[in-house]
Amino acid sequence: MAKIVLKEKLSDTVYKMKLDAPSIAEERAAGQFIILQIDEDLGERIPLTIADADINEGTITIIFQVVGMTTDELSKLNEGDDIPVLVGPLGTPTHIKKHGTIVCVGGGIGVAPLHPIAEAFKAAGNDVKIIIGARNKDLIIMEEEMRKIADELIICTDDGSYGRKALVTEPLKELCERDPKPDMVIAIGPPIMMKFCAETTRPYEVYTEVSLNTIMVDGTGMCGGCRVNVGGEVKFVCVDGPEFDGHKVDFDNMMARLNSYKEIEQDKHTCYIDSMYEEKKL
Amino acid sequence: MSYQSPDILSANAKKILNDYIHNVENLKAKDRLKIPVQDMPAQDPIVRGHNLEEVAIGYTMEEARVEALRCLECVKQTCIDGCPVKIDIPGFIKHIAYGEFQNAVDVIKEASLLPSICGRVCPQETQCQENCKVGIALKDVDKSVAIGRLERFVADWEREQGNVKIPHVKPETGKKVAIIGSGPAGLVVAADVRREGHSVTIFEAFHKLGGVMRYGIPEFRLPNDIVDEEIDTLVKMGVEIKKNYVVGRTRKLNDLIEKDGFDAVFIGTGAGLPMFMGIEGENLVGVFSANEYLTRANLMRAFDKKNADTPIYPSKIVAVLGGGNVAMDAARMALRLGAEKVYVIYRRTEVEMPARKEEVAHAKEEGIEFNFLTNAKKILGNEKGKVNAMECLRYELGEPDSSGRRRPVVIEGSEFIIDVDTVIVAIGNGSNPLIKQTTPNLETNKWGNIIVDENQKSSMDRVFAGGDIVLGAATVILAMGEGRKAAAAINDMLAKEIAG
Repeated sequence: MAKIVLKEKLSDTVYKMKLDAPSIAEERAAGQFIILQIDEDLGERIPLTIADADINEGTITIIFQVVGMTTDELSKLNEGDDIPVLVGPLGTPTHIKKHGTIVCVGGGIGVAPLHPIAEAFKAAGNDVKIIIGARNKDLIIMEEEMRKIADELIICTDDGSYGRKALVTEPLKELCERDPKPDMVIAIGPPIMMKFCAETTRPYEVYTEVSLNTIMVDGTGMCGGCRVNVGGEVKFVCVDGPEFDGHKVDFDNMMARLNSYKEIEQDKHTCYIDSMYEEKKL
Repeated sequence: MSYQSPDILSANAKKILNDYIHNVENLKAKDRLKIPVQDMPAQDPIVRGHNLEEVAIGYTMEEARVEALRCLECVKQTCIDGCPVKIDIPGFIKHIAYGEFQNAVDVIKEASLLPSICGRVCPQETQCQENCKVGIALKDVDKSVAIGRLERFVADWEREQGNVKIPHVKPETGKKVAIIGSGPAGLVVAADVRREGHSVTIFEAFHKLGGVMRYGIPEFRLPNDIVDEEIDTLVKMGVEIKKNYVVGRTRKLNDLIEKDGFDAVFIGTGAGLPMFMGIEGENLVGVFSANEYLTRANLMRAFDKKNADTPIYPSKIVAVLGGGNVAMDAARMALRLGAEKVYVIYRRTEVEMPARKEEVAHAKEEGIEFNFLTNAKKILGNEKGKVNAMECLRYELGEPDSSGRRRPVVIEGSEFIIDVDTVIVAIGNGSNPLIKQTTPNLETNKWGNIIVDENQKSSMDRVFAGGDIVLGAATVILAMGEGRKAAAAINDMLAKEIAG
């Protein structure tokens, strides 16, 4: 059980919550996630990445977008309410070391889990360039936090309402064309965005890490629901990941699997970002 | 085995008991051998295919006493040799024959703490009942004394009386023991260690307790209420429980000892990563591990389609790959969730199937179709990446392999296609990787199973392990057997420390 100690609405559909979870705060590292349930008996388990943690306060921060039944119910909870099931930190932490120049690309709420990773890479002595993208100005989050870390910050929106009117792949391509090219790219966001980031960097042979958020039940390496095809091998996102080499991930299969239950899910929320990127692609 | 209604079975038993009751003392072995084995009363197969209630209803008092009369009270008690926890089987059965049910339970509980669970899920036909002289005399293991059914009967009887005895706990010793995982191994260690007066904390990764007995074995085979009651007993004994706590992630195993002051740790984290066939199409939408399918249905209550948030895949035609208990559970669960047709695909024959015989019989009665000497070659999908068929191969039995079982050999050119929309893979599990990943000084074998000595002690000081994390995929009773040994070793170690 974890108490909500702070709730903030970042945009129409995006919320930030601080949860009282001292043991998770103490153990977590960049790249890890939690699983939560809104109802202990009948709730579903959803994974959410940890955006931040404060060991002294004993809190962790999650940032989520309302895309389905559980995130909708979560958004209706308030400060002082308890989340009945919270478990973590799960997943293998990001391998942080000095590479040189790192481009961090965050799409939509993918910026939230990207923040602690960018911060850690910066602290390890890397030159950190950050690209933030969203559908519109309203959906741009954590701009100030990212600005503090970034050696170079590029913001783009799809409708041009803020920053450059572009998809994140555009500035990413430009950075890859610079000499010297980046040593590494890490991209976190909707699957379709990560797929195209990987496609963008592939010709430049820049190692590109992506953080996958698949369907999970237990999150501890028991159910196998989170499996993805990485370089022809079956990998489990919850224990082998969540971060993988984006050039090796079979995104199309992963996206099909993410939609396994779409037809039977009763809620009518659509994932705006997904649908928007799909439109652009088509 | 053909289905007979509980009423008929009960009436038959009453009649037999009347015939013998006045002459129990003088029954000779040949008289006992003439008494017919008492079938397990079960819900009607057609009705139960649409509900989640327990299939096996359990013996009536008369059925239990008649079945108990079949025991020959052998001098050489080979049945006990077959029991991983060495229950005094003839001892408790004799009490049942005389209607002394409480005494029977007391005898069982000297050796086994969870008889209502073991009576339901133990593979008796390859353990105690395989060695039963009645079955041997009648040349049919199915005609052995139904030891498991009797065990279940008295355990249920005690619970229905409403006064399950809480085991006595010795005065507090001040020693602390951590148990990782609340499955069968962990629960047994918790009880045995707590009885000696040590403080016990169980760490469970899930939001509900019981491990595989909760997420894996379905309600229709092992009702949750029974698992709850066993856990309730532990709580009444003073065992502390921490749910949603993943040792290895929420806290490192080393920290439990070094920072939190635990004097001993038992690792009972169970089976881990599900195995897949490694065939084409296995990542298509509609392919599940049995672990995932059963966890959704059981733990996450997806069978309650109206109320549960966790969805379950809407299946019409299901193929289950494998021949163990998990395969049976998955097949029968799929039926109950609304599948119109369920196939079990197994590459050997029925004789080699590792599943409990009763489960196979029940599955057949319910209309599950078994395809022996068959295996999946590849899974086919439509343009949306969803399963729509499976290509299979026929096999024949060849020469015996190292396990002594005849090896299945592919019949070349025997490919055929069946229409399915769901494939459930139930071919076993690897080991859970979490503790190993985060505890570098813990020795494991090449499959990731923890290496232990004859007392279940691992390579690490004060750290013991048992159950599937040591054995690979095994059974509830074998896990309990290992738990017993580990608890004895932990109690020994702590007693020596206290004595100084």
